[in-house]
Amino acid sequence: MQDTVLDILEELTGSDEVRNDLDIDIFETGLLDSMGTVQMLLELQAQCGIDVPVSEFERTEWNTPNKIIAKVESMQ
Amino acid sequence: MLNMQPYQDPTYFVLLALGLLPIMIGMLYEKRFRVYETIISFLFLLLTFGGVKWEQGLALIAYTIFELLLIYGYLAYRKRKNASLVFNLAVILAILPLVIVKVSPLFDQGRESILGFLGISYLTFKVVGMIMEIRDGIIKAVNFKEVVHFLLFFPTISSGPIDRYRRFLGDYQKKIKRDKYFKLLDKAIWYIFLGFLYKFILAYFFGTLLLPKVSALALSHGGWSWWVVAYMYVYAMDLFFDFAGYSLFAVGISYVMGVETPMNFNKPFISKNIKDFWNRWHMTLSFWFRDYIYMRLVFFIMKKKLMKNRVAIANVGYLTLFLIMGFWHGLTWYYIVYGLYHAVAIILCDAWLRFKKKHQEKIPHNKFTEALAIFTTFNVVCFSFLIFSGFLDKLFFV
Repeated sequence: MQDTVLDILEELTGSDEVRNDLDIDIFETGLLDSMGTVQMLLELQAQCGIDVPVSEFERTEWNTPNKIIAKVESMQ
Repeated sequence: MLNMQPYQDPTYFVLLALGLLPIMIGMLYEKRFRVYETIISFLFLLLTFGGVKWEQGLALIAYTIFELLLIYGYLAYRKRKNASLVFNLAVILAILPLVIVKVSPLFDQGRESILGFLGISYLTFKVVGMIMEIRDGIIKAVNFKEVVHFLLFFPTISSGPIDRYRRFLGDYQKKIKRDKYFKLLDKAIWYIFLGFLYKFILAYFFGTLLLPKVSALALSHGGWSWWVVAYMYVYAMDLFFDFAGYSLFAVGISYVMGVETPMNFNKPFISKNIKDFWNRWHMTLSFWFRDYIYMRLVFFIMKKKLMKNRVAIANVGYLTLFLIMGFWHGLTWYYIVYGLYHAVAIILCDAWLRFKKKHQEKIPHNKFTEALAIFTTFNVVCFSFLIFSGFLDKLFFV
């Protein structure tokens, strides 16, 4: 699961920083913007089968690779 | 009967201090006096929407009943079914009063609609946000008292910051420990005094003292002149200090009541680019647009595969967002041009950021380039405020 999420993030941010630092703030650093966020939600839906409505998405709960992995695992 | 607009004069602040004192004492003993809270909220609303403004008061009541019926109606429907048509209809109905208020002066020789009242646009944001979250199945039930408190929360009723139902509710229901409340009070006092500095000293200096002088000079000179440039900067400062000052009051008073209303400004004039600027300027509005319009639209386009190109989708999103923001400000050419201007600016900004990412090694990055970025952004933003001010309309078309 961790690998799937990191693959998605690496693809979307175009950088391996998300793999090197699992606690990096992807919004603060500008790695992921709103557009990228929507793509991430769609990818998570397609690859991990979790359904996150846009309005459920609370930035502070999804701002690092570690948090995203934890979220995805809790939702499966 | 007495009438006072929020945060305008010292008496209002004295009344606030007196009215909120029992709430503060209660909070220090980790108690919320709900009945008193309701009464005091009602009295402050009466102070703003009563007396000479009674017509606005009636409009506010009618509006609130209408929107509550809509929320309850849609919620009841959503429990059984989930058709897009009904959702769209609910959103249209939710914004209908605001649309009527914005459009009717155009057809009625500039006369204001009787449906209008101070803060109607901000209330509409709250309601539309709720409808969308009901659609997403995140709001499953509402409590009458809580939803009324949320909609009519008096510290933010006139001009935001725009809060969100689930966030507000969390604060409203939370038990706040005494030491945590002390910290809130601490911040509240700081915000309110910073607000005094912003609104009653700086905005007074720029807006009341300087602006009329610069404006008269620019108008008497006519056409483009350095006075227009001066007007642009003075107006930008006035706009910021006035609105940021107001927002600090609204946030500070919310804190006193144990509600951590989100901040509206975060040093917008040190933004490195336009995207950064919109993460710092009128944040509760721009985040509302980001979450409820931009992201939903992009999500919809991508999911239905209406368009393929990522960049094109983002740009369609920006144009939609900023055009709606322009129209929301009002139906004049300069508000709409202001919206378009920002859409174009952010589209160019995105293109530049993509280019920069590709050619990272070739583009210098140092203290000087950072200063240049801030300077450029500041001027691009100030020019947008000049458009927004309507001064160009006065200068060239009236």
